[in-house]
Amino acid sequence: MKFRKFKDNLFKSHSILLLCLAIIVFIALFVGLLVKSLPLLQAEKLSDLLLGSIWSPQKEAFGFLPFITGTLWVTGIALVIAVPICIMAAIYLVEYGGNSLRKLVLPLINVLAAIPPVLYGVWGVLMVVPAVGHFIAPVFSVNSTGYSVLSGGIVLAVMIFPIMISVMVEVLKTVPQDLKAASLSLGATKWETITKVILVKARTGLLAAIILGVSRAFGETVAVLMVCGNVPGIPKSLFDAGYPLPALIANNFGEMMSIPLYDSALMFAALWLFIMILAFNIVSRMILKQMEERL
Amino acid sequence: MSTAKRLRKEKIAKWIMRLSVLVISSSLLLIIGTVLCKGLPYLSWEMISQSPKGGFYIGKEGGVLNAIAGSLYLATASTILATCIGVPIAIYLHVYTRPTSLLKRFSKFLFDVLFGMPSIVYGAIAFSIMIWLGIRASLLGGIITVTLLTLPIVVRTISELLHTVPSDLQQITTSLGATKLEVAKILVLYIKPGLFTATLLAFGRAVGDVAGVLLTTGFTDNMPLYIDEPAATLPLAIFFQLTSPIPEVQGRAYASGLLLTLIILIVVICTNLLASKQKKHKL
Repeated sequence: MKFRKFKDNLFKSHSILLLCLAIIVFIALFVGLLVKSLPLLQAEKLSDLLLGSIWSPQKEAFGFLPFITGTLWVTGIALVIAVPICIMAAIYLVEYGGNSLRKLVLPLINVLAAIPPVLYGVWGVLMVVPAVGHFIAPVFSVNSTGYSVLSGGIVLAVMIFPIMISVMVEVLKTVPQDLKAASLSLGATKWETITKVILVKARTGLLAAIILGVSRAFGETVAVLMVCGNVPGIPKSLFDAGYPLPALIANNFGEMMSIPLYDSALMFAALWLFIMILAFNIVSRMILKQMEERL
Repeated sequence: MSTAKRLRKEKIAKWIMRLSVLVISSSLLLIIGTVLCKGLPYLSWEMISQSPKGGFYIGKEGGVLNAIAGSLYLATASTILATCIGVPIAIYLHVYTRPTSLLKRFSKFLFDVLFGMPSIVYGAIAFSIMIWLGIRASLLGGIITVTLLTLPIVVRTISELLHTVPSDLQQITTSLGATKLEVAKILVLYIKPGLFTATLLAFGRAVGDVAGVLLTTGFTDNMPLYIDEPAATLPLAIFFQLTSPIPEVQGRAYASGLLLTLIILIVVICTNLLASKQKKHKL
């Protein structure tokens, strides 16, 4: 008995140690980011950093606006493409599709989720970029190489399909059967039930799914870097090249040692990403939690 | 609105929805198909069995064995580490703490947030810590970074699995006088297939990650032999070869992409097999 108790205590203290270690490491990471980006924050005003549009490390001008707008463009385009498709597909899978369809499609979506970003990038370079350059841009009579925010947005849209679909399917499943039955028995068509009952009931959950998708899109680095063109200017149209924040970090890290404040600037970019994604996660978690409590 | 019009609307909506499902499913086939079409002609035994020789990057002979080995070492080591650290944490949080405890809620939140953190952030921090400590880019640095990256995946997946265990099981075992560790053992037996699923998920993520290893692991043409030396990884090999203007080298990038796809597909298929086993186990 004593030995069993001893083993129990040993495991307990061992796991507490591991847990504390993990928590400390992760908090240390955050503090490290903060400390590293402090020199830049002390040297320049926060508003100048976020709203300045000139990026020239040699002259110590660190305006993050091109990169922030680059990220926003790409994420925005991805959302415009992915949100309607995902909502429609999720509704079809839950409301119309039978079990066999779900069993066919959901594993496919799991595979899509498992594909590494670099393969999305390869696909983007091989297919999306030429398609945008040769077919879509000429339609609008624009000259474009194809390396543009639109390509980035399309690749990102496909990348956020899996997470949005899987959360949306879960959310739509929670809509009570009674509500649907009541609406159908009043003579509404299935589509009317969907738009006027199901979507209304599930809108907060769908919003949470979208926010999760946004946070995924925000941090995506390599796939976007490969197709976006990486020109540090503010993109003015769909066919302009952009330069999202994560791509900035990935491209310039390692060569910033010679210029003072440069590494601090890149750390600030990482910190900014960290904070944005933290905020997205908190909001979507709060929404989902509220939904769970209401059930 | 007339009934005919309403029904027509219903029909149109249904077609749009069918189309959406089709778009999503076909995007997967498109991606895999593109990589397959472009990669297959360049795939050869030489690609898999040799490391790069002189002039590899201007289209001369050699293969990406070093990158394959590097990726597998890196992913295996960090998955083992993440499992060894993550499983006890998940069990502790489920068995030992009360549902209302602050520690439990805080760590759940923490791991949720970290789950969504992009790997470039991990990579950037790890890189600056390594500079601060005076360590150069190495396999070890990559392993540590990727472990941090996969730890939240392991903890979260296992916590969710533990939640699916009927609470009766835990209560009955406790009432028979088992210590908490013995309860935990029973629970682990119950979720065993799922445990492997979690590990495989982490492995898949570790193999495919680029942004985290870009800065911390470095790149080299040699086979990875020592843990304190830089090592090549498959995603990075794809990334670098793709930027080359020489068609032969680009072709190798596609072939490497195909290899990576194969590894991922194997992992996913194993995961699905185990997951279906878990379902049978439950009934």
